[in-house]
Amino acid sequence: MAMADAPAVRFDAVTKAYDGRPAVDSLSLSIARGSFVALVGGSGSGKTTLLKTVNRLVQPDSGGVSIDGEDVAGLEPHLLRRRIGYVFQNIGLFPHMSVAENIAIGFRLERRDPGDRVAQLLDLVDLPRDMADRMPDALSGGQRQRVGVARALAAEPALMLMDEPFGALDPVTRDQLGNAYRALHERLGLSTILVTHDMAEALLLADRVLVMAKGRIVADATPRDLLAGQGGTAADALVAVPRAQAERLYRLEHGG
Amino acid sequence: MNEALARLPGLLAAHVLLSAAALVLALAVSLPLAVIAARRPAVARVALAAASLIQTIPALALLALFYPILLGLSALVGAHIPALGFLPSLLALTLYALLPILRNAVTGLTSLDPAVIEAADGVGMTPGQKLRLVEAPLAAPVVMAGIRTAAVWTIGAATLSTTVGQPGLGDLIFAGLQTQDWTLVLTGCLASAALALIADALLGLIALGLAKRRRLAVWIGFALLAGGTIAAALPRLLPAPARDTVVIGAKNFSEQYILARLIGERLTAAGYAVEYREGLGSAVIFRALAAGDIDVYVDYSGTLWTNEMKRGDVPARGAMIAAIGDWARREHGVELVGPMGFENAYALAVRGADAKRLGLRTIDDLARVSAGMTLGADLEFLDRPEWAMLRRAYPLHFAAQRAYSPTFMFRALESGQADVISAFSSDGRIAAMQLTVLADPKGAIPGYDALLLAAPRRAGDERFLAAIRPLANAIPVETMREANYRVDRDADKQSPEAAARWLQTRIRH
Repeated sequence: MAMADAPAVRFDAVTKAYDGRPAVDSLSLSIARGSFVALVGGSGSGKTTLLKTVNRLVQPDSGGVSIDGEDVAGLEPHLLRRRIGYVFQNIGLFPHMSVAENIAIGFRLERRDPGDRVAQLLDLVDLPRDMADRMPDALSGGQRQRVGVARALAAEPALMLMDEPFGALDPVTRDQLGNAYRALHERLGLSTILVTHDMAEALLLADRVLVMAKGRIVADATPRDLLAGQGGTAADALVAVPRAQAERLYRLEHGG
Repeated sequence: MNEALARLPGLLAAHVLLSAAALVLALAVSLPLAVIAARRPAVARVALAAASLIQTIPALALLALFYPILLGLSALVGAHIPALGFLPSLLALTLYALLPILRNAVTGLTSLDPAVIEAADGVGMTPGQKLRLVEAPLAAPVVMAGIRTAAVWTIGAATLSTTVGQPGLGDLIFAGLQTQDWTLVLTGCLASAALALIADALLGLIALGLAKRRRLAVWIGFALLAGGTIAAALPRLLPAPARDTVVIGAKNFSEQYILARLIGERLTAAGYAVEYREGLGSAVIFRALAAGDIDVYVDYSGTLWTNEMKRGDVPARGAMIAAIGDWARREHGVELVGPMGFENAYALAVRGADAKRLGLRTIDDLARVSAGMTLGADLEFLDRPEWAMLRRAYPLHFAAQRAYSPTFMFRALESGQADVISAFSSDGRIAAMQLTVLADPKGAIPGYDALLLAAPRRAGDERFLAAIRPLANAIPVETMREANYRVDRDADKQSPEAAARWLQTRIRH
C-alpha cells in the first residue's frame, strides 16, 4: 500500500541488459514527491531504459521499482500506466482520433464520461478550445506536443514521465513549452522525471539533475551546485558546454 | 439458349452464396491468424508460406483435390461427407482467399507507426483495447485492400466450381464452351465480372468510409453486401416443398448435356424435382454416383472397363456390358439400368472422298497408306490406352501427328491439314461432313456402349427406375448423331434442352 512518507519513485538495484550489455547497472535512487528531476546523459547512457522501468514499458532483469512505496511489479501494467502521465519525443497522437478523442482516451478506456475535462485540459496547455475537433495532422509540432501533455495529464496523475518531450521542437517553441510545463508542475503539485540529453534544458527546468553514464548515476546535484562545479568531472564536462555558450553570448552582447 | 439464360438468376444466386460463404470463412480464419502472426514473426512466416504455397496450386486442381480428400475423410469417420458440390468448392475457395487477406493484414498490423503503439501502451490500453481502438482502425485500409483482392479472386475462381458439381455462373461458361455457344460463355463471363466489380465497389465504399470516418458509407456498403447475399439465400431459406430431388450428372460434352436433359425431362414428368451437376470429369463422376452425390448419369462401357475396372482385355460388347453390370452392383451397389442403344467409341475417320479413292474400309486398309498421312487427334487421344491398343493391333505409322481441340480437329480434316482423325462414333459431324468411319476388324478398341447407371439408393426405387427404363436400348447411333449435330453444328445451333426434346420424339418405345 502507498505510504504517506514514501518517495514518489524508488529504484532499488535496478538492472537491465540488452544482449548481455547492461543498459542500467544495479541502480538505486529515490525521487522525492513534488520534485522535478532531470535525467541527463548521452545516447546509450541508459536514461530512457531507466525511465521506462517506472511504467513497465521495460521490465528490469533484477531489482525493483516502487511508486509511493508500492512495487510496480505487483500491478497490472495497463492499470499502472493509467495512473502515470507519459510524454515522449515522438508524441504518438492517434492519427485517426480528433484532438478531443486523443485527450479523453484515458476516460474511454475506463468507460468514464470526461465531462468538460477536454476543455479544461486545452486551457491548461494554452490551446484554443475550438481545436478539440481537429485531427492531429492539422496541428503544428508544438501544438501536437501540447496535446500530448494534455493527454498525459487527463487522468490527473501525480507522476509524470517525460522522455525528450521537447526534443523535436524548434528552440522558441521548446523554451515556451518547457516553461509552461514547469509552471504546470508547480500548479498541479506533480512529481516529474524528465529525460533529456540537453544539459541547458535540465539546468533551467529541474530542481535536481542526475547525470547518467553506462547505466549508472555519475552525478546527482541541484542545478546551482552543478554550475558551481560540485557535480564531479563527468557533470562538469556536460555543464561546460552551455556555460561556454552563455559566456560567448554575454561577450557578444557586451563587446568583451 | 433462352432456356439456359433462364437459369441465370438461380446460378447467379448460387454463385453469390458460394463466394460470400468462402469470403466470410476466409475472413474468420485469416484475421485472427493475422493478429497472432503480427505478434509472433515465426507464426507469420509459417502462415504466409503455407498460404503462398496454396496459391501456387491451380484453382482447378485445388478444387479437384478436395474430391479424394473428402472421400477419404468420409471413409475415415464412417459418415457421409459430401465430396462434390458446395463443401469442396467452399473449402478450396476459402483456402484461395486466405493469402491476400492474411498478407495484407499482417503487413498492415506490423507496419504501424511504433510511436503510436508506444503511446497506446503508455496511456494504459490492454492488448484488446490496443487492437480495437488503435491497431485495427489504422491497419484497416491495407486490410480492406486485401479483402477486395480476395473478393474479386473468389468470385472469379468460383466459376471453376462447376467442375466439382457446384452450380454457379461457371455452368454457363463450361456448357457454352463445350457446345460452342458463345452467347452462353459471354453471359457467364459478364455476369461473373459484373458481380466481382459490384462486390469490389461496395467493399471500396466501406474502405473509403473507414478511412474518412464516414459511418454512413460503411453501413451502406455493409447493408448492400449483406442484402445481396440474403436475397441470394432467400429462395433456399424458404421451406421447399417436400419433393424428392434427383441429381443428374453429366460429363463435359454435348452428348452428355443432351442425355442429362432427356433423363431430366422424364423424371420431371414422373413428379421428381431435378437438379443437374454438369461438367464433371470422367475421373470423379462414377465415384460421385457410387457415393450418392448424383443419382443417375450415362457412362460408356469402355471407360468403366479400362479406367474403373482396370481391365486390359477386350471382350465382345455384350459380354463387357454384362460384366460391368455385375461388377457395378457387387462392388458399388450401382444399378445398371441398361445400355442406351448406341456406342460412342473412339473411331478413326477419313474424308469420304479419300475412302473411295484409296479404297479404305478398315484400319487395316489405313495402315497400308498411313505413311503418307497426317493424324489429327483430340487433346487426350495420343495419351490414352486406346491409341496404344490400336498401334499394337495395326501397323500404323503416320507421317505426322497433331493434337487439336475437337472443333478444330474437324476443321483440320476438312481443310486437309489432317487426313485421319480420332472421332467419336456418335458425333453428328461424321454424317454431316460425309466422313467414313473405318472398321476395327481385330476388335482392338473396346466397346463404348452408352450405359444408363443409377445410384445405390435408387437401385430399389421402382418408381424411379420405371421412369427412366424406357430409355434403355431406345436410341440408335444415327439418332444420337443427329441430336449431337443439332448442338455442335455452326449454323442454327440448338440448346441441349431443345435437342433433348427432339430426341424424346424419336425414342422407339
